[in-house]
Amino acid sequence: MNALQSWGRLFPAHSGPVWRPDERSSLLPHPEIGGLLPYGQGRSYGDVCLNTGGTLLHTAGLNRFIAFNRSTGILRCEAGITLREILALTVPQGWFLAVTPGTRDVTVGGAIANDVHGKNHHSAGSFGHHVLQMELLRSTDERLLLSPQQQPELFAATVGGLGLTGLIVWAEVQLVPVHNAFMTVETTRFANLDEFWLLNTQAERLWPYTVAWIDCLAKGAHQGRGILMAGRHAAAQDELPVWKEQIKTIPVTPRISLVNNLSLRAFNTLYWHRAHEGVSLSHYVPYFYPLDGISHWNRIYGRAGFYQYQCVLPPEAMQAGMAELLTRIARSGEGSFLAVLKTFGQRPSAGLLSFPRPGATLALDFPNRGASSLKLFRELDAVVQHAQGAIYPAKDARMSATMFQQAFPQWEQFRRWADPAFSSDFWKRVTQPEK
Amino acid sequence: MNTTQRVVLFGATSAIAQATARLLVQQGCSLFLVGRNAMKLQALVDDLRVRAAPGQRIESMNADLDIIDGHAHLFDVAEKNLDGIDTVFIAHGALPDQAACEASVPLTLALIHTNALSVIALAGEAANRLQTQGHGLIVAIGSVAGDRGRQSNYVYGAAKGMLALFLQGLRNRLAPHGVQVLTIKPGFVDTPMTAEFKKKGPLWATPERIAHGIIKAMRSRRDVVYLPWFWYWIMLIIRHMPERIFKRMKL
Repeated sequence: MNALQSWGRLFPAHSGPVWRPDERSSLLPHPEIGGLLPYGQGRSYGDVCLNTGGTLLHTAGLNRFIAFNRSTGILRCEAGITLREILALTVPQGWFLAVTPGTRDVTVGGAIANDVHGKNHHSAGSFGHHVLQMELLRSTDERLLLSPQQQPELFAATVGGLGLTGLIVWAEVQLVPVHNAFMTVETTRFANLDEFWLLNTQAERLWPYTVAWIDCLAKGAHQGRGILMAGRHAAAQDELPVWKEQIKTIPVTPRISLVNNLSLRAFNTLYWHRAHEGVSLSHYVPYFYPLDGISHWNRIYGRAGFYQYQCVLPPEAMQAGMAELLTRIARSGEGSFLAVLKTFGQRPSAGLLSFPRPGATLALDFPNRGASSLKLFRELDAVVQHAQGAIYPAKDARMSATMFQQAFPQWEQFRRWADPAFSSDFWKRVTQPEK
Repeated sequence: MNTTQRVVLFGATSAIAQATARLLVQQGCSLFLVGRNAMKLQALVDDLRVRAAPGQRIESMNADLDIIDGHAHLFDVAEKNLDGIDTVFIAHGALPDQAACEASVPLTLALIHTNALSVIALAGEAANRLQTQGHGLIVAIGSVAGDRGRQSNYVYGAAKGMLALFLQGLRNRLAPHGVQVLTIKPGFVDTPMTAEFKKKGPLWATPERIAHGIIKAMRSRRDVVYLPWFWYWIMLIIRHMPERIFKRMKL
C-alpha cells in the first residue's frame, strides 16, 4: 500500500492514524488527540493534505457513482471518485467535466476543497461553480446538504475550504456536452511576454480554453517566449483519429533531481523550436493531462522532492509583475520543464478561500535545493506581495502566515465555518500568530 | 453462448465482491446481488447501474446468509430476475478474532457456520441447479489460511479448509456435467475486514488486484487459484513443513 504523502514529497508520509470510510453512512471517528483531515489521492503539492499528529480520513473507499442523468449531464458521486473515473464513464456518453485541473488523478472532494481551476477559467470559472449540491459530514455527526441556495455560507466555506469544514461525502456536479473525446487545438508561438499578452487577449475571445507554456530560462529579448495552446471541444467529425493512451512510469526515485540547469535548458529550447504551429485535432488526454501519461513523475525531482510555486497577480499589476518574476527565475537558473502562464477571468469564485481571482497566474516546479530554493521564493514572494497577488494553497508548502492572511482576508470569517475538530499542517502554519 | 453472463453474487458488499462486480458489469454481465447491509447494498446497486449499459440488469436482495433456510428462495428470486443463472459467486465471510474464539466455543461454531457451513449450503444448492441445466460456474472465496492450521488464525483457517475440500469434491462431481468450480485463495487483502491489521507491506494486495485475478481465472476455466500468484509458492512451502517443526513456530 502506498504511504499517505503529498505530491511534492517534501514532507514525511503520514505516520498517525488513518480512518478509511468505506460507505456513505460511515461515521467520523472521534480521536482523543489531534484533528481530522480528509485525504484523497495526495495530489496537492504541499501540506494542505497533511495532518501531523492527527487523523487522516482517507476517502479511497468512497468511490461509488450514485446517479448519472444522460440527458441533463448531472452526475452525483461519492467524494473519493477521481476525475479520471468520471471521464471514463461520461466522455463516451458525450459529457465532459465543466472544469478540470491539469491531472485526472484528483478526487471530486479534493477538486471542491481546493476549488481547482483549468484552462477555461476565463470562460467557465472554477470547479466550485459547477457543484450543484453536496453532503458534508461534520464532527458533530450532522449530515448537511449544501448548495448555493441551501446553507449558502457553509457551501461557500466548503468550496476551496481545504477540507477544514468537515468531510464531503458526496457531490453533485453539472457536466457539459461534447461531441467526442477530441479537442480542436491551435498552437501559436510567441517571442516574448508582450506578444503573449496581445495574443492571449485575442485567443480568450475565440477559445474557451487557453494556456501558455513559457521557457522560464530565456533571458533578455527572448524573455517570456513560449507557446500558446488554445482549444475547444471538437465538432462532430466524419472520422475520428485512433488514440490509445500509453502509460510510462518512473520506477524509482533517483538520489538527486534529474531536473537541473543543463537538462532544463536543453528541454526548453528544444520544446520551443519543435512546437508545430497551426490547428490540429488532439485527444483530450494529451491536451489537458500531458503528465498523466507518466506515472509517479514527481519522482524525477529526486529524494529531496520539489516545490511548485503558483501565484496570481491582479490585472493592473500582472504585466510588470510577471516580467519581474521571470527575470528573477531566469537569473536563479532553477525552475522547471513547464512554466505555465494563464489569465483568469472576471467571474468571482464560489468559495470564501478560493484561489482564482482576476489577473494572471504563473506556475512552475522547482527541485528542492533547500536554502537556495527558499531564498528565491522569498524574492518571488516580495514581487507577489507588492502586486497584491496571492499564492495557491493547494501548491504551497512554505508561504508565511502574513502572506496568506493578506491574500486571503476572508480567512477569519472562514474560521467561523470551519469544523473545530478538523485541522491540517497548512492551516496551522498560516494561522499561527505573527512572530 | 457465453456462459458467465448472468451472475449471482452472495456477500456482494465485501470489498473483493464489489471490485469483481464492477469488472463483471464492464464485461456486460447482468448481476443479482445479495448482501446483509441494506444501505451498502443499495449504494453498490446505484454505482453498478450508473456503469451498466441499457439492457444489463442489476438487481439485489437483502439477506442474512447465516439463515440457510432462506437460500433456496434467494436462488428462485435471482433466477426470476435474471431469467436464469450462469455463474454463482460466493464471497461472504467474517474474519474472527482468534483470541475471542478460543475463549468461546459458541463463537467458534458461529464463525464456522458463517465461513464454512453457509457457503457450503449455497454451493450445494447452486450445484444442483447448475447440474440440471448442464452448464455454469461456481466461484467461492477461500483463503490461504485454509491450507494449514496455524495458532493465530485456525478457526477461520479450518472453515476455509473445509470449504476448499468441499469444493474439490464438488468439482469432481460436476466436471462431467459441464459445470466449473473455481476456488479462489487470496492472501492478505487490504479490505475493511482486515482494517485492524497494522502491517501493510509487499504481501498485501488491493481488492481490485484480486478481482482482476478472479476474472482471469473465470475466463481461463481454472480450478484453484492463489491470488496474487506468489501465494502459491509461499503456501507450497508452508504446507510441506514437517509438523514436528511447524508446531513450534509462531505463525
